Amino acid sequence: MIRSRLWVLVAGILLLVTALGSVYGCDVGRDDSGLGLVYDELLGGETTAFSAGRNAFELSARNLTNEERRIFEVGDSFFNQNWVTAPASTEARDGLGPTFNAQSCSSCHSHDGRAKPPDHDDDPVRGLLLRLSIPGESGPVDEPTYGGQLQDRSILSIPVEGRISIRYEELPGRYPDGTSYSLRQPTYVIVEPALGRLHPEVMVSPRIAPAVIGMGLLEAIPEERIMALADPDDADGDGISGRANRVWDVRHGRPALGRFGWKANQPTVEQQGAGAFLGDIGITSSLFPAENCPPAQTACQQAPTGGSPEIPDDRLAKVTFYVQTLAVPAMRRVDEPEVKQGARLFVEAQCAACHTPRHVTAADYPVRPLRDQVIFPYTDLLLHDMGAGLADGRPDGLASGREWRTPPLWGLGLIQVVNGHTMLLHDGRARNIEEAILWHGGEAQQSRDYFMNLSSEDRAALLEFLRAI
Amino acid sequence: MRRIVALCVLIALAGSLLAGCDIGASGPSDEMKRSAVANYANGVHNLYSQSLASAMAMDQAIDRFLADPTPARLEAAKRMWLIARDDYGVTEVFRFYDGPIDHPEDGPEGLINAWPLDEAYIDYVEGNPNAGIVNRASEFPQINADLLVSLNEQGGEENVSTGWHAIEFLLWGQDLSQDGPGQRPLEDYTTNANAQRRATYLAVASDVLIGHLKDMVDAWAPGHSDNYRAEFVALDPDEALRRIITGMGELSRGELAGERMTVAFEERSQEDEHSCFADNTIADIIANALGIQMVYMGDYGAVSGTGIRDLIAAHDQTEAERLEAQIRGSVNLARAIPAPFDQHLLEGVSDQSAGRQAIQTTISSLESQTDTIVDAAQHIGITISVS
Repeated sequence: MIRSRLWVLVAGILLLVTALGSVYGCDVGRDDSGLGLVYDELLGGETTAFSAGRNAFELSARNLTNEERRIFEVGDSFFNQNWVTAPASTEARDGLGPTFNAQSCSSCHSHDGRAKPPDHDDDPVRGLLLRLSIPGESGPVDEPTYGGQLQDRSILSIPVEGRISIRYEELPGRYPDGTSYSLRQPTYVIVEPALGRLHPEVMVSPRIAPAVIGMGLLEAIPEERIMALADPDDADGDGISGRANRVWDVRHGRPALGRFGWKANQPTVEQQGAGAFLGDIGITSSLFPAENCPPAQTACQQAPTGGSPEIPDDRLAKVTFYVQTLAVPAMRRVDEPEVKQGARLFVEAQCAACHTPRHVTAADYPVRPLRDQVIFPYTDLLLHDMGAGLADGRPDGLASGREWRTPPLWGLGLIQVVNGHTMLLHDGRARNIEEAILWHGGEAQQSRDYFMNLSSEDRAALLEFLRAI
Repeated sequence: MRRIVALCVLIALAGSLLAGCDIGASGPSDEMKRSAVANYANGVHNLYSQSLASAMAMDQAIDRFLADPTPARLEAAKRMWLIARDDYGVTEVFRFYDGPIDHPEDGPEGLINAWPLDEAYIDYVEGNPNAGIVNRASEFPQINADLLVSLNEQGGEENVSTGWHAIEFLLWGQDLSQDGPGQRPLEDYTTNANAQRRATYLAVASDVLIGHLKDMVDAWAPGHSDNYRAEFVALDPDEALRRIITGMGELSRGELAGERMTVAFEERSQEDEHSCFADNTIADIIANALGIQMVYMGDYGAVSGTGIRDLIAAHDQTEAERLEAQIRGSVNLARAIPAPFDQHLLEGVSDQSAGRQAIQTTISSLESQTDTIVDAAQHIGITISVS
């Protein structure tokens, strides 16, 4: 009798603990189905900004001090304003080109958001560039005459290298339920090459400018965490590998985990930025001190420069801080049943196997406001084989020609509001989220197939979830 | 027990009353909001009309100068630029909500006012005597409005070969001295190389500016059924007010305190300031701050009526007065910055100097007025998020 009462008591306590756990346990979250692990309104933790308007990607982390805000503002200025031809009165802002793709970071990352490919050959829109390379002994090397990237603009008196022309072919398909869709497959042609024909073995890799929100939070994910998610030989047999890229950290002179870029070929926000300053705008820095003028381009080499380097370290640091602390906007429609259903499907379809929802940032990350944050970027920052359809055939570091780094998905639903389009993937070929999913192949084939076999209501729910984050 | 229940009811009642007075009961009426929106539209139209009028006076002064380039006529053209610039500066509070001036599709803001200026894209600069469209006759045989506008469209971003600062550069030249504005020689318009092409460029840039200002006047003109104003006054007044107040908040902090003041201040980059050729930076700052005050007070000079202040006062008189004091204070603080602005940006000038202190105080005042604007708007039911 006594014993049975004791059991009742123990069972009661256990029940109570479980109940309390589900209420207070941070890992259990808003309801007992575990969705708290898949999303939270505060996608960027305490840094999360609240705007679902056109400026949704332009706001600073909410928890900056006034002093930090000023650094942010200076960085903002050098990110947003045009660089000009050297020499100029605005000494801090000269050194554009000689050849370039854009005059400012914001010409491609408009409103800190995402670019789209040009609609036609004369569309002046910025944001798509072509990497050029030829096979070398240990991986691709720069195209000998044009360098590693096609610059399609130049300062007066310097020839542009060439222009990009895109042709799309429609690839129609059908869901098992009979609904039809169509994907567009791009091909790229370089027209009017200024320095003669490109090398016969040239490999052309298109890259679109992504949104630059939450970059510091991604940098603050501990390396051990990313390495723990890696499964290079698919030891767990789920058909999904996940490989880390190893790249050269110029600032520290050592190999490092690649986190940024479409192939995870940059280790830090600073190096990603300095690389873009040089390759895209023609601005030299201490990391990349030589102007981007391949040996054959003599006029380019003789053009005046805006100093050496053109962006000094302290200013590069401010632009880096700006990009690190650009906030992620809060999730919308958090409590809508369709969004919850979409989140469940996101997990069931194994999307979350690569688009890892939740991370905790490092306690010792250098930028104070970004430390110790629970964030929901939906990426593992690892490389995955995405199949032949998306392959650009150009290896990059440890990344193969079929591998791409999982891009973060936060802010996905606001690209339309901020940038007025919904074009996705590394070259903007997908015209919306649905097409982007349908392009998934390789390791993601099973997730794509799962999506295709869903009812139209469930497909809509999954898309609704993706538009809410 | 009954007493406890009664107490609970009482607490609940008090709570709902408190919650209620936060936005509802004593806030501005719909009618008052509509009146504020209509007065704003009148004010915008009035200020753009004024800006157009003074720009046309500048254009005439430029034409007179180009017809007969004398030192006196050059000075007259510069004076008219300075006056016209003030009249444009107060209109910048009408930006930042994708209205006619900076509409993502066809807003001319970048063509009117982009900064920094790519000087070497326009004309010679120290270190490159053959630079610029002016000096590249073989590439650009004919300088006209179509050319300048088309060059600006290259790259999908305004290329800054037009607008206020292009005209400023062509009148003043580079500011190469540490203690005065640029000193473009008169010979640039008489005997120096490409004088006639330079003159054409200046005349065309002025014409292009006037065309864009006309477009703004038309967009806000009353009595039309299909312009922006018609659409604006027909909006839900809360949405119209959100746009109006977003313009105030964005100009106040992100643009004026941040971009235009903090960056030049922090970086000590002497020419990294707007209107650097004419050393007109402080006047620019004052005009921007004054524009915010005009919208707040609903008082645009020739036009006045219900302002944002009245809406806030309908909810909380004290808060309205406090914000008025802050906004007027910022204008006065900006007026107190010793000219020229660039003297305070030189290396070696102490942060304790009167000039740097004055800039710092103005920045802080603009920042804190922005916080008050956002809060006050919230209290009358308008949520804005500014950078």
